[in-house]
Amino acid sequence: MTTFYSEQAANRRNSIFLVLVVIGVLAIFGFLIGYVIGFGSGNEVAFGVGATMIAVAIGTLSALGAYYSGDKLVLATSNAREVGQQDAPELYNVVTEMAIAANVPMPKVYIIDEGSPNAFATGRDPEHSSIAVTTGLLNKLDREELQGVIGHEMSHVRNYDIRFALVVGVLVGSIALLAQFFLHYTFWFGGGSRGRKSEGGGGFAIVLFIIAIVMAILAPIFSAMVQMAVSRQREYLADASSVALTRNPHGLQRALAKISADPDPFEAANGATQHLFIVNPLKKLGGGRNLFSTHPPIVDRINRLRLLTGDAPLDPSQVQSLTGLH
Amino acid sequence: MEIALVILGVLVVLVVILVVIYNGLVTKRNRIDEANAQIQVQLKRRHDLIPNLVNAVKGYMDFEKGVLTQVTQARANAVSAGAQGNIAQQAQAENALTGALRSLFAVVENYPQLKANENVLSLQEQLTTTENQISFSRQHYNASVLDFNNTIQTFPSVLIAGPLGFGRREFFEAEPEAAAVPTVNLG
Repeated sequence: MTTFYSEQAANRRNSIFLVLVVIGVLAIFGFLIGYVIGFGSGNEVAFGVGATMIAVAIGTLSALGAYYSGDKLVLATSNAREVGQQDAPELYNVVTEMAIAANVPMPKVYIIDEGSPNAFATGRDPEHSSIAVTTGLLNKLDREELQGVIGHEMSHVRNYDIRFALVVGVLVGSIALLAQFFLHYTFWFGGGSRGRKSEGGGGFAIVLFIIAIVMAILAPIFSAMVQMAVSRQREYLADASSVALTRNPHGLQRALAKISADPDPFEAANGATQHLFIVNPLKKLGGGRNLFSTHPPIVDRINRLRLLTGDAPLDPSQVQSLTGLH
Repeated sequence: MEIALVILGVLVVLVVILVVIYNGLVTKRNRIDEANAQIQVQLKRRHDLIPNLVNAVKGYMDFEKGVLTQVTQARANAVSAGAQGNIAQQAQAENALTGALRSLFAVVENYPQLKANENVLSLQEQLTTTENQISFSRQHYNASVLDFNNTIQTFPSVLIAGPLGFGRREFFEAEPEAAAVPTVNLG
């Protein structure tokens, strides 16, 4: 019983830590950009400090924006509409059951009109959370499988993964944006500053410049890698917690197999929301394992669940066979 | 003078410890009551839904009167057991009702007209979700009871639990077939 409390605490700590790291990176970036812009003016440091403040302010504002209304933005870009018990009784009931099992308040329930089966959860904490599923999921999954999927989403809600995904997603995005801005700036105006540099600049400025460019290239890659690594771990954990909530390891296994094997394309998903879904809607079969995957390969996830029940692990080619079971 | 101060200090510390333990016990007891209230709401809803279901399927199931009588009887038993307020007896009666409902649903499977009837389908979904909610709430209730019982039987709260009237609570037992957990092989 105590394990998920420690999961919650760890996740809150990780969120705070990552937010601080990202804001630190933003500050350094801001300083470098300001320094470069102000180069040769004689008060580079003042430019640097000014730009640092702007970068940190932009990062903080966008993080706050994501914290308070990121969920609405995500739901709106996915064309999700809110439903009540009357509109989708089975879905609403399953969400109610899982909310009781996870001991969290009832989330808002949304449906996305989309043939491809998938689902995601979003929000800033369990008191302000939403769960969205596609019509394809409702049509193609039976009640047990639906329960497995909703159990997975409910553990994201309970473990504060939803907050992490919102805030860190935006911060990592702003690092990438700033890096891009910096690279463009040095590309277009670099010649000018270098001209001024030859008058009185020293080796120090050139070193600083190279460091800045290397950072601009590496920081977005590195921050995205950290974000994805955390995201993959949270997927495994949510799968296992779903089984703990539903007490049924087979429903989620079949659901994962069905969702990944479904041929329908997902229209409303994009690069900014892909990490939220239970199965990555852009590369459903998960491809291989790599540092930028938002989700572990489906076969891996199914086999970890099979380990819980002592079933023999499946070969990737056998995953399809699960979709026929009932 | 100093001795008096020391004694006073020790007394204050003791009182603070007592208050903390007492408040903890009350919190845990309230948690049980809240979990129990949640179960009772869901059980009540199930009791209210059953007559509707029985009426909806009655016309189609002339040959299966026995199953319907069983459900009606089990419901009446569960309602009266609930009114008595003994958790163990209530759990037993509710488990019998769950069993009777299961056999009714199994029989409904044999009637294509019933499986196509919107009203029956909707009632079936409502009863299914109510039953699931009952079992998930029961997990919470039992977890709260276990926590409370452990607390009042262990040191230091065991010293004040008895005198202050905190007695053991009973579990809301699951039906036997649900209790049979599948064997887990971690090798």
